[in-house]
Amino acid sequence: MKRNGLFWFLFAAIGILYTLRLFTIQILDPQYKLSADNNAKRIVKIYPPRGFIYDRNGELLVANQIAYDLMVIPRQTIRFDTLKLSQLLRIDRKYIRTELTKARAYSPYKASVFLKMLTVDDYARLQERLHQFKGFYVQRRILRHYPQNFGANAFGFIGEVNESFIEEHPEYEMGDLVGKTGIEKSYEEVLKGKAGVKYVLVNNHNREMGPYMEGQFDLPPIPGEDLVSTLDARLQSYGELLMTGKRGSIVAIEPSTGEILALITTPSYDPNALVGRKRSRNYSALYRDSINKPLYDRGLLAEYPPGSPFKLLVALVGLQTGAITENTVFSCHHGFHYGSLTVGCHCTGGPMALRTAISKSCNNYFCTSYKAIIEHFPTAQQGMDVWSNHVKSFGLGRFLGSDLPTGRKGFVPTTDYYNRVYNGTSWRAVTTISNGIGQGELVVTPLQLANMTAAIANRGHWFIPHIVKKIGKQKVNNPDFFKPQRTTINPKHFQVVIDGMFDVFEIGTGAGSRLEGIEMCGKTGTAENPHGQDHSIFVAFAPRNNPKIAIAMIVENGYWGSRWAAPISSLLIEKYLRDSISRPDMERRMIEGDLSGEYGMSVKTRLPL
Amino acid sequence: MRSEKSWFGKIDTITVSLYLFLVLFGWMNIYAAVYNEEFGNIWDTSQEYGKQLLFILTGFVLIGLILLSDARLYEFLSFPIYLITLALLALVLVAGKEIGGNKSWLIIGSFSLQPSELAKVGTALMISRYLSLKNVDLALWRYRWIPGILLAIPVAFILLQPDAGSALVFTSFLLVFYRAGLPVHYLYAGAWAIAVVVLSLLFSAPNVSIAFGAIGLIGLWLNGRRKKFWLPWLVGIGLSISLLFAADYIFNEVLRPHQQTRINLILGLEDDPRNAGYQTAQSLIAIGSGGFSGKGFLNGTQTKFNFVPEQSTDYIFCTVGEEWGFLGSVFTLLAFLGLLARLVILAERQKNAFAKYYGYSVVSILFIHVAVNLGMTIGLVPVIGIPLPFFSYGGSSLWGFTLLLFIFIKLDAQRWQML
Repeated sequence: MKRNGLFWFLFAAIGILYTLRLFTIQILDPQYKLSADNNAKRIVKIYPPRGFIYDRNGELLVANQIAYDLMVIPRQTIRFDTLKLSQLLRIDRKYIRTELTKARAYSPYKASVFLKMLTVDDYARLQERLHQFKGFYVQRRILRHYPQNFGANAFGFIGEVNESFIEEHPEYEMGDLVGKTGIEKSYEEVLKGKAGVKYVLVNNHNREMGPYMEGQFDLPPIPGEDLVSTLDARLQSYGELLMTGKRGSIVAIEPSTGEILALITTPSYDPNALVGRKRSRNYSALYRDSINKPLYDRGLLAEYPPGSPFKLLVALVGLQTGAITENTVFSCHHGFHYGSLTVGCHCTGGPMALRTAISKSCNNYFCTSYKAIIEHFPTAQQGMDVWSNHVKSFGLGRFLGSDLPTGRKGFVPTTDYYNRVYNGTSWRAVTTISNGIGQGELVVTPLQLANMTAAIANRGHWFIPHIVKKIGKQKVNNPDFFKPQRTTINPKHFQVVIDGMFDVFEIGTGAGSRLEGIEMCGKTGTAENPHGQDHSIFVAFAPRNNPKIAIAMIVENGYWGSRWAAPISSLLIEKYLRDSISRPDMERRMIEGDLSGEYGMSVKTRLPL
Repeated sequence: MRSEKSWFGKIDTITVSLYLFLVLFGWMNIYAAVYNEEFGNIWDTSQEYGKQLLFILTGFVLIGLILLSDARLYEFLSFPIYLITLALLALVLVAGKEIGGNKSWLIIGSFSLQPSELAKVGTALMISRYLSLKNVDLALWRYRWIPGILLAIPVAFILLQPDAGSALVFTSFLLVFYRAGLPVHYLYAGAWAIAVVVLSLLFSAPNVSIAFGAIGLIGLWLNGRRKKFWLPWLVGIGLSISLLFAADYIFNEVLRPHQQTRINLILGLEDDPRNAGYQTAQSLIAIGSGGFSGKGFLNGTQTKFNFVPEQSTDYIFCTVGEEWGFLGSVFTLLAFLGLLARLVILAERQKNAFAKYYGYSVVSILFIHVAVNLGMTIGLVPVIGIPLPFFSYGGSSLWGFTLLLFIFIKLDAQRWQML
């Protein structure tokens, strides 16, 4: 029996069916036709609008604006008058030649950017003459626009992707923009949106004639999602204003949530400087300013010795380990003395208990307490282990896990560290005595210091600091941000420390920054700086009960804590809690305070444009 | 016995000419698909056309080796060859490189091999060998198990990669089984099963099952007095309804979302030009824009601008459609059908059962590739990523098809000695 009939049937069926289908799509149906001109259809990439960024109260901080790029498809160009084009666009003819060569090297068929970010004027003039330049067309782009001029480092900037980035992220194409730093970087995925494609018909004068096939194959761009940040615009801008003429950083956190209210680093720059055609020149000016480092986010990256605010932790660890009690009295005679070792002290002297020692910032008290803590255990090594574990539970010496794209761990010394440094276990409590007053090897970032303050304000727990509240309409639901991180200190020990911090404003080192009606708690600091004048440091939270804001700040080379950091913190707390300022003199003094003499140069980077 | 002519004289020139035409025309279209003024040199092996040229030339070496060998070898060696291809399939699961979610490639230095392409040859040899054994009669159940298992093993390996497209190709052996005597109602049952699956997806399983139930009752009412009618009728209706729900379950629970979308697009249940539909839409634009006589060699714009995905592999036919138009497309289609027809004629004239079944295996494998690939580019078949034989870019597929075809050409050339 021959059974090959089926095969002949299948061949015939496929032959007839497919021929009919080809006949339909290639000859009958005009749907799939291009016009007679091969180049009549042009594909335009539609960039999606990037998501906006709002502050916690709905104020718009980062928005978009429209700009135009002149594109070229080398294969479609014909000889044209380069002089006319150079006059039209105010560019020189050499630029035209080099750009065309570059575009051809990239691809003769694909569009390359010929001239970026035309002004509206240039665009209007060009539009009328575009038909004289075949192969050129204009593409709409979306750029960032900043209605305000603060917060540059917190928002971060965007920039064009480069080739190595595309290799790792193939979903990007040449010419796409991507968040490079700040919120723009860490929330790139949600901000970027998805590009669309538009097919347009152009006539032989290279003019757009309308959508191809009524836009049936067009893909609309999907806009990026808007973000609501945790920043408070008033606080952020006011803080930057108060820091005029000074280098340093301010970080403010809402203790009950870990939300970052302000993330200030100065010197900074106007974020609008990094938008548009002037971007690259401005960027290199900012990048090259290696003294002021305006692109460096000190709040996240700079590591300073915490100085006296660290005494708060020494007190807490002392109470927790039982090395001291709140009634322990040490007597100060111009400092801590041990053999030939002396740590000087500027307090009023005499015997005092813990609460007074905090308000007076007595070096002797905390050196002695530190020594008591370490010696509370059989060996210095065991004592050091206990001490550094307690300290680390406040988020020091490690990454906090925030949603910011960069950060530093800081450093909390450990037994291992000292064993290495001293080549064995010969070291004792007094060898490491500067830990008692926040000097020495210990370093922290301003963000960590603010977080530590929030943990004290909360009486023993903190929330991972974060800077974004909402993505689109959805609350950020990272469970890590809502889980309280417990410190190893029993909540009952915080009361006396907080009372001491309260006294700092009442009778202590911060009395000059006291404000009637708001119960503030704080701690001044003066961080010794081997490279120059000491840093002015302050940490604070307010109100005393149910704290709404915790601040840590540093003014580089600002002498001592009460000179700059304490008044600025106090003004910021007033601004945040009352939205008004009752001390215009203090405000003016802070704004006008200029340390450029100390730094040897102005803190403002001169931008070429 | 005929007088001894040279080996070359007995080789079927029609088949070889069609092969050469397809390979060279395929290469021209790869050249056009990736053509770039900057890299015009056809030997430039950094470009796909340069590499394909190397693949073609090494393919010619393979052909030379096959033609110099003794055809009887293949029948004799079919089992070892089958085992080797299975070993490669197993190896690729362990040592293969994952590309695009599928573990289908063995990478040895700069050389990469897709064992599933060679498995087609191994399985074709093995199944033909079994079917050619004396006494084997597919009309009887006891002879159906072994070919079923021989087929199932490579399919299982390939599904583990997972490469559903390549696995699908092996269903073409049903045609060979049919030719070898499998009763025709199995094919009807297969066609009916496909129809049932499509119905269940179009109208949802519960609705169709109610309709089937109604048909079942009407059938019983009409023929109820005939006792012999009851059992097969009830079994048929029952199986159809179970198949309905099985298909429904597999579609919703087993298939991945992109596969569901591809099927929905073809059935017209979904409209999605952004993602899955994008490929087909772009493919149709490219082919449709070719018109009657095409835009001319190297003048296509759709394929070159990367609108069409996989333009030199699975969607190579787009370039034919765009640059050579309706004339070129139909001519290519006819060339493939001509080759298939010629192979059926050659297969029928084999006196040796092994050669005959092997010929039908070649026909069936090539047929399913051509039908599915072309159908996909013109939007009649869901998007299934299998290459167009001899045309698509890629060494493994070109060598696989060349081996497959030329072993048969050799068998045919030596058919008088294989009685």
